[in-house]
Amino acid sequence: MNRVIPGFPLSLGITLFYLSLIVLLPLGALMWQAVDVGWERYLAIMSGARTLAAFRVTLSTAALATLFNAVYGLALAWVLVRYEFPGKRLLDALVDVPFALPTAVAGLALSALFVKNGWFGAPLAAIGIDVAYTPLGIAIAMAFTSIPFVVRTVQPVLEDLATDVEEAAATLGASDLRIFARIIFPAIFPAFLTGAAIGFARSLGEFGAIIFIAGNLPLKTEVVSLLTFIRIEEYDYPAAAAIAATLLALAFTMLFIVNMIQLWQQRRIGTGD
Amino acid sequence: MAREPLLPPKAHPARRIRVGDGPLARTLLIGGVLLVTLLVLVAPLVAIFTEAFRQGAAAYAAAFAAPDTRYAIGLTVFTALIVVPINIAFGIAAAWCIAKFRFPGRNLLVALVELPFSISPIIAGVAYLFVYGAQGLLGPWLAEHDIKIMFAVPAIILASLFVTAPFVARELIPLMIAQGSEEEEAAVTLGAGGWRILRLVTLPNVRFALLYGAALCNARVMGEFGAVSVVSGNIRGQTNTLPLQIELLYQDNNAVAAFAVATILTGVALVTLIAKAIIERLDAARVKTQGRPGH
Repeated sequence: MNRVIPGFPLSLGITLFYLSLIVLLPLGALMWQAVDVGWERYLAIMSGARTLAAFRVTLSTAALATLFNAVYGLALAWVLVRYEFPGKRLLDALVDVPFALPTAVAGLALSALFVKNGWFGAPLAAIGIDVAYTPLGIAIAMAFTSIPFVVRTVQPVLEDLATDVEEAAATLGASDLRIFARIIFPAIFPAFLTGAAIGFARSLGEFGAIIFIAGNLPLKTEVVSLLTFIRIEEYDYPAAAAIAATLLALAFTMLFIVNMIQLWQQRRIGTGD
Repeated sequence: MAREPLLPPKAHPARRIRVGDGPLARTLLIGGVLLVTLLVLVAPLVAIFTEAFRQGAAAYAAAFAAPDTRYAIGLTVFTALIVVPINIAFGIAAAWCIAKFRFPGRNLLVALVELPFSISPIIAGVAYLFVYGAQGLLGPWLAEHDIKIMFAVPAIILASLFVTAPFVARELIPLMIAQGSEEEEAAVTLGAGGWRILRLVTLPNVRFALLYGAALCNARVMGEFGAVSVVSGNIRGQTNTLPLQIELLYQDNNAVAAFAVATILTGVALVTLIAKAIIERLDAARVKTQGRPGH
């Protein structure tokens, strides 16, 4: 507790006022619109074929993107923490590209790469894989925008990992794979799960990167955020409110899961290893 | 923050090799990661510039002669000039009360500050529509007083404020908590007032984090697409920011111009990342010469 330093009422006042105006007021308005829709109509909107398809497409492609980033992100974090090699600093800086690059620019670039005559699209088309305008394209856009999450959550934990248990296991003759599976992976697992969950949540709401590469066909390659946008353009505000509120609830669920994982992690560290 | 590697006493100095340090695992992992990074992170950046210059430098330059594109550049810079300072001020206020004081609901406040990160920009745009749009919460009142917020520049600014609210605060809060309050307390006993302490003690201590937060906030404001496309109404030459202009040009089948405009935003992103690298290096140098602040 700090009673010496001045400025508490002012700084707290500014913070609360600003958050109320910029964050809580709009989210409250969204919830108000969604409640106004009414339960029966909400169910009718959500069980519509196009809405269901959009949720199915979004959830499955986000899962695929998260799977990719779980493997690539873990390997990237490992390489950045455990090895020294030329270009390591550049690699570390590159990880943040998806954070800094606007999603529309990312979408534009990915679509140029994956169209049928693009650098990646042409060879992939030759072996019969279409990416642009398919769910795979959506997954790639989602994967790109959520690359940093697993890396940046696992990296600090891996850096702080004590090496004594690992070395003890090695002196007892355990193989590398066994040490990784039994000692290292369990230690970084909560951070790994947190990163994957944040990346998954981010993918569920992604818009800019996807619409350039997805083709945006209703029932096939239309994601939830795009469907919300389309309902707004059609002035179908009840449908937009219902879908947006559901997406918001999904975001809060993911946030809750992430917080639970972090509590679990703190408790594990708290009880000592 | 990278730690100095600790060297624990070794019982078996012969067995110094750690997991994955074997030559095969090392080569495979580094090689694999570099290859995938080249494909997924470097190739898109290269593709933007290649496509922008596909028809030569003249076509590239011509893209910026279009009045709509010039307007979009101006509007984007204008938006950033308003949004970034406001969110810097908010970030400092939020970090001050969260880092220097303990109070009930503090954790909730931290969660609230970070909330915009977890919310899809599309949801943000829709939510703003339900406040300031014609059918929104304040719509009738605004119409009565002839104030236009939706589908105009104020809505673009508001949506950008929402999306980038956490950037500066998130950089400052953990750092100011780690630094503690001893220096500020010393300043108080020497008779300094709140603003003086903020200006002469606190801000100099966190200047690198503040700078980086502001740079990220700026990149994100200039590049925001989803939230702005819901609230702007996409009116050419009036409410089109750079990312929206990219989409319009792309839909017009003017790919070279779309990629040319994209190179500006890519440039902003790359400068932001370079700034981050420089700031981290300066910060590491400062920690080395002065010791960790507050410890």
